[in-house]
Amino acid sequence: MNLREASSLIFIVGLGILLTAVIKIVAFDNTITGGVGATILNQAPSDLGTANIVTSVLLGYRGLDTLGELTVLFVAATAIGLVLGQRRVDAALEPDAGFILRIAADLLFPFLIMLGAYIILHGHLTPGGGFQGGAILAAAFFIPILASPATPLNHRVSSSVEGLAGAAFIIIGLLALFDKGYFLAPLLGKGEMGQLFSAGSLPLLYIAVGLKVGAELAGLLARLQETEASD
Amino acid sequence: MMLFWVALISIVVMLGAAFAALFLENYLAATAALSVVSLALAVLFVILQAPDVALAEAAVGAGVSSVILALTLRRVGLWQIETNNRRSDK
Repeated sequence: MNLREASSLIFIVGLGILLTAVIKIVAFDNTITGGVGATILNQAPSDLGTANIVTSVLLGYRGLDTLGELTVLFVAATAIGLVLGQRRVDAALEPDAGFILRIAADLLFPFLIMLGAYIILHGHLTPGGGFQGGAILAAAFFIPILASPATPLNHRVSSSVEGLAGAAFIIIGLLALFDKGYFLAPLLGKGEMGQLFSAGSLPLLYIAVGLKVGAELAGLLARLQETEASD
Repeated sequence: MMLFWVALISIVVMLGAAFAALFLENYLAATAALSVVSLALAVLFVILQAPDVALAEAAVGAGVSSVILALTLRRVGLWQIETNNRRSDK
């Protein structure tokens, strides 16, 4: 066993101990009370009108952090695309997959789009949101490419969607800066909690996040797929 | 009590898959094992009442990152289905 395997082994054992500790400490049928969590649980519904408290933290109280997260994702995707996504000009595209895979991809596509859109649009009501829904949208656009590589993704469209969505996020933040005096402060009315059109500008922000993450990941996966296999 | 057993099973699956990812000779199989780790972790997150994180772990950890790893293996020429006769299919 060399040093790398030994260090990985130590990491795995540590992870096991950590998880055992979590199981020991957190009793499953207890609700943790006190601390920041309790304050947010009490205040968020009246402050922002979101049924999903996680969204109120991600976009309401910590919107700037989410912008930073988007930036990190963008930089990571750009780096992967630069290092691994370069395609040799004379490399031939891979042939299409068989009949069953192509039909299955066509069947899956609308359902995945619907699931992703649902998770993004209901980000302020149910668990999930822009990041998770965006990843599902990316999977939806990537599966047809896997089945028929001869019809590649239109990168011009995907990068325009990505850029526009990122710009929309910042523009909403700037509008809030002029209107309320804080960058990314919640705009519009809170509405009635639990309704689809509620929680002010938070759903709009999540739509921007979802489109950006989806277009970014779909573009990255497609770029990786288009590169020729090493020979 | 039921939840305890589900949590225990998912932890055992996680540890087993993590060991598999570490000791498997085949890179593609190791990538699949990593995906299993993320999937079991998503179950654990649901039990710990963090559905948001569970959804992210399932979509990004088990889905997108495994696909990125697999495509990278294909790009750098480590994509192989068989373990023993290396490069025989190329």
